[in-house]
Amino acid sequence: MTATIYELSHLHALEAEAVHVFREVAATFERPGLLFSGGKDSVVMLHLATKAFAPAPLPFPVVHVDTGHNFDEVISFRDRVVSEFGLRLIVGCVQDDIDAGRAVEESGNPAGRNRLQSTTLLRVITENGLGAVFGGARRDEEKARAKERVFSFRDEFGQWDPRNQRPELWRLYNGRHRPGEHIRVFPLSNWTELDVWSYILAEDIELPSLYYAHQRPVVQRDGMLLAHTRHLTLLPGEEPATATVRFRTVGDATCTGCVESTATTAREVVAEVAATRVTERGATRADDRISEAGMEDRKKEGYF
Amino acid sequence: MSTQLLRLATAGSVDDGKSTLIGRLLHDSKAVFTDQLAAVARTSAERGADQPDLALLTDGLRAEREQGITIDVAYRYFATPKRKFIIADTPGHVQHTRNMVTGASTADLALVLVDARNGVLEQSKRHASIASLLGIPHLVVCVNKMDLVGFSEERFAEIREDFRRFAMKLDVHDLSFVPISALHGDNIVHRSTEMPWYEGTSLLHQLEEVHIASDRNLIDARLPVQYVIRAADFRGYAGTMAGGTLRPGDEVAVLPSGFTSTVRSVRGPGNVALDEAFAPQAVTVQLDDDIDVSRGDLICRPGNRPHVASDVDAMVCWLTEQSELTPGSRYALQHTTRSTRATVGQLDYRLDIDSLHRDKTAEGLALNEIGRIRMRTQHPLLFDPYRRNRDTGSFILVDEATDNTVAAGMITGPAVTGSDVVWHSPTVTREQRATTGMTVWLTGLSGSGKSAVAAELERRLVASGRPAYVLDGDNLRHGLNAGLGFTAADRAENVRRAGEVARLFADAGVVAVVSLISPYREDRDRVRAAHVADGLPFVEIFVDTPLETCAERDPKGMYAKARAGEITGFTGIDDPYEAPRTPDLVLRPEDGDAATQAAILLEYLQR
Repeated sequence: MTATIYELSHLHALEAEAVHVFREVAATFERPGLLFSGGKDSVVMLHLATKAFAPAPLPFPVVHVDTGHNFDEVISFRDRVVSEFGLRLIVGCVQDDIDAGRAVEESGNPAGRNRLQSTTLLRVITENGLGAVFGGARRDEEKARAKERVFSFRDEFGQWDPRNQRPELWRLYNGRHRPGEHIRVFPLSNWTELDVWSYILAEDIELPSLYYAHQRPVVQRDGMLLAHTRHLTLLPGEEPATATVRFRTVGDATCTGCVESTATTAREVVAEVAATRVTERGATRADDRISEAGMEDRKKEGYF
Repeated sequence: MSTQLLRLATAGSVDDGKSTLIGRLLHDSKAVFTDQLAAVARTSAERGADQPDLALLTDGLRAEREQGITIDVAYRYFATPKRKFIIADTPGHVQHTRNMVTGASTADLALVLVDARNGVLEQSKRHASIASLLGIPHLVVCVNKMDLVGFSEERFAEIREDFRRFAMKLDVHDLSFVPISALHGDNIVHRSTEMPWYEGTSLLHQLEEVHIASDRNLIDARLPVQYVIRAADFRGYAGTMAGGTLRPGDEVAVLPSGFTSTVRSVRGPGNVALDEAFAPQAVTVQLDDDIDVSRGDLICRPGNRPHVASDVDAMVCWLTEQSELTPGSRYALQHTTRSTRATVGQLDYRLDIDSLHRDKTAEGLALNEIGRIRMRTQHPLLFDPYRRNRDTGSFILVDEATDNTVAAGMITGPAVTGSDVVWHSPTVTREQRATTGMTVWLTGLSGSGKSAVAAELERRLVASGRPAYVLDGDNLRHGLNAGLGFTAADRAENVRRAGEVARLFADAGVVAVVSLISPYREDRDRVRAAHVADGLPFVEIFVDTPLETCAERDPKGMYAKARAGEITGFTGIDDPYEAPRTPDLVLRPEDGDAATQAAILLEYLQR
């Protein structure tokens, strides 16, 4: 028998930290919910959540904010996961809020609905009385996120006040809030894109197929490759061409770009991510490039 | 081989080049992506800079970019094949003590920046003090902007000595220095060719190699129960290990109930069976017996339990500008997985983090102020002193009116209360005794010759017919002080006990000759004060043998071990010795051997 060296690998340390956060929330909040889009971060988050409570089932529902601009693969993946794990699914449709006049479709092409999700998300939180909402956001994604707490307080308007955040020390999380207010909880705060992929590889976690290299028609726009789906209106002169690509993030299909890649397995993606020199948002999110403070403004409004 | 996680805290202002240093670490370790670098280059050019300003990489929120300052804790990530690093990056201004405390709370290592041109300023000292207060095990001082002082070895040595002198007052166990130029990358990732005199390794190399595995407490098994997992035929107690180890078959006690049982199985995430659990693993433990266990309870070994008390002493840092901490106020308290309420009993003192002065007249703590309080909790806490366990020794206070986290606390121990035991006045007065006692207190480094002088003094006194008795530090540790270690708190207790015994001897008419390193001034002053209050003579003798001489003599081989890193916390090497400011008598090697020094001392006593 070999002597135990009592050292955790960094992935196990990150896993332990996330599991601690899930249990803390389940023990102290009446009604938490887990945001699940079918994107890789939310898939990893769900995987960690189920591990935190095994062998018992997940003690809270999953919530999907549906932009209506979905990749078909992602929706079918979502439904399969929900039935496999026996989860309770709450869906909030952006289209409902547009139809009811609570949200106005943005102009321009692409007219992405990422920003509109805030309205729908806040409505779902209120309607279901969710006191805590798990999000898959990571601090390495974007400058504004680098300062976000693991337990991030939202006022009764769902807003984030970056200048007035609660100090967060040790492993002691302050989740106190009043009716109408809620807490966003980010168990993956300290993970990087490479950590997420390394974990997907180590745990053999299934993802929607579009995360791996496949052939599809794409158009080149503003230095990005956009998938040619039924949601995308072609501009004059744009001619879809078939390319071998994969997605690094999955969001609104009209403004989520893909990258040329031949990586067909998690192992190949890990190698690719380790070598890549462009951030995933820089490569694939048209809407984040609108202004230097794009994310900060959206987060203040109640975005993920 | 798998990579390890290292959490580090940095503090400093833009002027120190802290942002540049972090930008450089991220850039040179290739954690910066081309689109981020392009954005930085664009902004730098807009501002008229001729090269990309790496400091911009860490400028987070718009408010900060507009004001050119960093207002909060930001987290950065980079990795090398050996380690993944999490940087908690905080501003260094005095008004940001609260952020520094936040960033330091989970750090394994603190990076302190010193501008080579300015030397050790208050800000660097403050950061080092906070690192010490928060129990960060490793401190690396980066002497930055070496390029602006001509890469001078003398300047570096000067700053190093200055800093060491200050650090002596702190509880720092591992201190190292690196001369760098963050702007040009000298000694950041690679050894600089500009400073051939520097024999150490680059900063990144140190960060990769620093040994952190031993920082964790693997002795005291502690599992605060966080959540009870119930499924068909399954009941397990989930939580994150806060110390020690737990294995199937281990006998355990559950506090506060005190029921004992045996560990049936230990499970990791996903209900995977583990041979053994250790900190900071998130685990689920099943017990053999069906006993009542719920969130807030703590599983430990029957022979090694934490303190259980409602009255505790703690250091706190006040975190809000909306109110002040004042005696009598009540807060919600979160400690491990327990939530209860606490009333602040008294404020013992406010600590000036720059001078380390203790202001005992302070009546409250405002934003960014640190002080020691005594508090009473509604339900008892199950805790260890923070110095022994950062997880079971830390707590936060929450204002119930605003739900804000208002204080960070570190428990120093159970409150030592003035007891209700009645003091019996003696019937025999001091004057009625045959002899008059006193305490002769010899302080100095290990190997300074205290014991030899003490033994010789005792011999001479007894020969002259005066009852005398040596209380030797080493000997006391075999009996009266067995069980005390070498932490600052244990050393203080060691001195207190020796002082109390000396006082009793002196009261009984004996000359108590105390030979004890007693490194901290405050502890010795307390003993003197106790004697003075009792009307007993007390003389403090400083056996002032230089460190080099002591290390050369090294009668117990301890200096060699300390220098080899086999023991830590050794006075003079990696633990401070505070020389008396006004000793009654100083004995130096040039005075002669131990017999001569004892004669000088005896002559002084007879005067």
